[in-house]
Amino acid sequence: MEWEVVIGLEIHVQLATKTKIFSGASTAFGAEPNTQACAVDLALPGTLPVFNENALRMAVMFGLAVNAEIGKRSVFERKNYFYPDLPKGYQTTQLAEPIVGPGYVDIETEEGVQRRVRLHHAHLEEDAGKSLHEDFHGMSGIDLNRAGTPLVEIVSEPDMRSSREAAAYARKIHAIVTTLGICDGNMAEGSMRCDCNVSVRPKGEEKLGTRTELKNINSFRFIERAIDTEVARQIDLIEDGGTVVQETRLYDPDKNETRSMRSKEEANDYRYFPCPDLLPVVIDDSYIEAIRKTLPELPDARRDRFMSEYNLSEYDAGVLSGYSAQADYYEQVVKLSGDAKLSANWVMGELAKYLNQNDTDIKQSPVSAEQLGGLLVRIKDNTISGNIAKKVFEIMWSKGGSADEIIEAEGLKQVTDTGAIEKIVDDVIASCTKQVDQYKAAEPEKRGKMIGFFMGQVMKATGGKANPGAVTGILKQKLDALCD
Amino acid sequence: MSLDRSDVEQIAHLARLQIDATDIDSYGQSLNSILGLVDQMQATNTDGVEPLAHPLDAVQRLRADVVTEPNQRDALQAVAPATEEGLFLVPKVIE
Repeated sequence: MEWEVVIGLEIHVQLATKTKIFSGASTAFGAEPNTQACAVDLALPGTLPVFNENALRMAVMFGLAVNAEIGKRSVFERKNYFYPDLPKGYQTTQLAEPIVGPGYVDIETEEGVQRRVRLHHAHLEEDAGKSLHEDFHGMSGIDLNRAGTPLVEIVSEPDMRSSREAAAYARKIHAIVTTLGICDGNMAEGSMRCDCNVSVRPKGEEKLGTRTELKNINSFRFIERAIDTEVARQIDLIEDGGTVVQETRLYDPDKNETRSMRSKEEANDYRYFPCPDLLPVVIDDSYIEAIRKTLPELPDARRDRFMSEYNLSEYDAGVLSGYSAQADYYEQVVKLSGDAKLSANWVMGELAKYLNQNDTDIKQSPVSAEQLGGLLVRIKDNTISGNIAKKVFEIMWSKGGSADEIIEAEGLKQVTDTGAIEKIVDDVIASCTKQVDQYKAAEPEKRGKMIGFFMGQVMKATGGKANPGAVTGILKQKLDALCD
Repeated sequence: MSLDRSDVEQIAHLARLQIDATDIDSYGQSLNSILGLVDQMQATNTDGVEPLAHPLDAVQRLRADVVTEPNQRDALQAVAPATEEGLFLVPKVIE
């Protein structure tokens, strides 16, 4: 049977405010345990929450960026459950009247599938603390620094039909929140976390299958793998005559499997009610419009501009604009090198390769946009070839320095002196008599391809420093002269 | 709506309250009389009345995003039954 996959995502985004959503404690990452947890965050008796205006502003920014209705009146509610990293015994969140109403984002997968994903709503809430289960004499350690960090939870409709689409949607949300500057986007530190609701149904069936929820996935790659794994499990189960149980499952990336967390599910009754400690949040049109004026260029608009201004393909423009730090970096490189296409190739090619291999964010790239721009300038003015540039880049990455310094220190300057190249070409032709005979015997239209061999010999002799354009010209001229 | 014994046990579990089995019936009666009052209120016609989130006719005040809370860990942890390496220690909760 052919199956259709149905996916909806709930994405938690930590807002980049300086302080907590309801207290004046700092939200800076990496502080000593409990040094940023004040009396309000600890839920000591008599403390009261006061709502952070910046969290509200950021949530409104997000709503405007996803074409959503903004809730002019929103209400905080209490979601009740017991866990030691939730000192109040409830999470302050929104349910019936969220700050951001229905909206949408447009996504495109690598295969070119385009889709509009509708957002059901997005609401403000507080993060919980962290439980550390290393052994403290049989006890658990609790760090409440994260408790009260503002989150926007973005709830999509079940509009995605493959794991690729789900990952593309998550990337788009990531691009939007980082471009807006409302989230640092650091998934490894948990700044963006994703729950995936997954079900399958026979193709053509309207009724949704029973869904399971995959919790707390913190990378785009794991979103794809977790969904693929869960989809395969559900289909196997149904085809073997079983039924899918609605439950929360945990994805284990090491074993590449999902497993049930059913035991936590038993008391899933949150008894929501409006929080008596917080009044309804009311904003007016002028507040919303003032925020609209501060919105930066959004990823879709930036992609379109990259296509028209830099003449990039839709795919290249989409990748480069997909992460604001990368887009900024790229534009700086273009400015310095004056070559949009070459800059795109290097940012998406060599640079991306090194960043991936070293698991480094572009913001922490050891090669700055200035350094890369300077390198491309030297390719453009024929000081070095593209191949030598890769060698320079490698040194730049590991040891630092500007392109000019490295080219000078390593003696990598391209040989453009025609006399010197001619001398080497003559030597190569003299020593490769067999290949020269083959060249002479070949049909003229096949000779072009055969030049590659001689080219390789010349490059070997010069350590790759000869100007490839000049070598080709000289080789062709000298070889063809032998054929007459 | 009326609660039976298992409802009372479930409610107690959600609230993490330990109750004596002998008290369940009397708790059930008390809760049922509260629900009776709710039933009475629900009989009122509320067509066209907006749900009320808060009885005060006021809106939420906002706070500027400025750090005002210094580190007071030592003072705040002075009342904790157990701490170590800056962490609050609690009975193990992982399943």
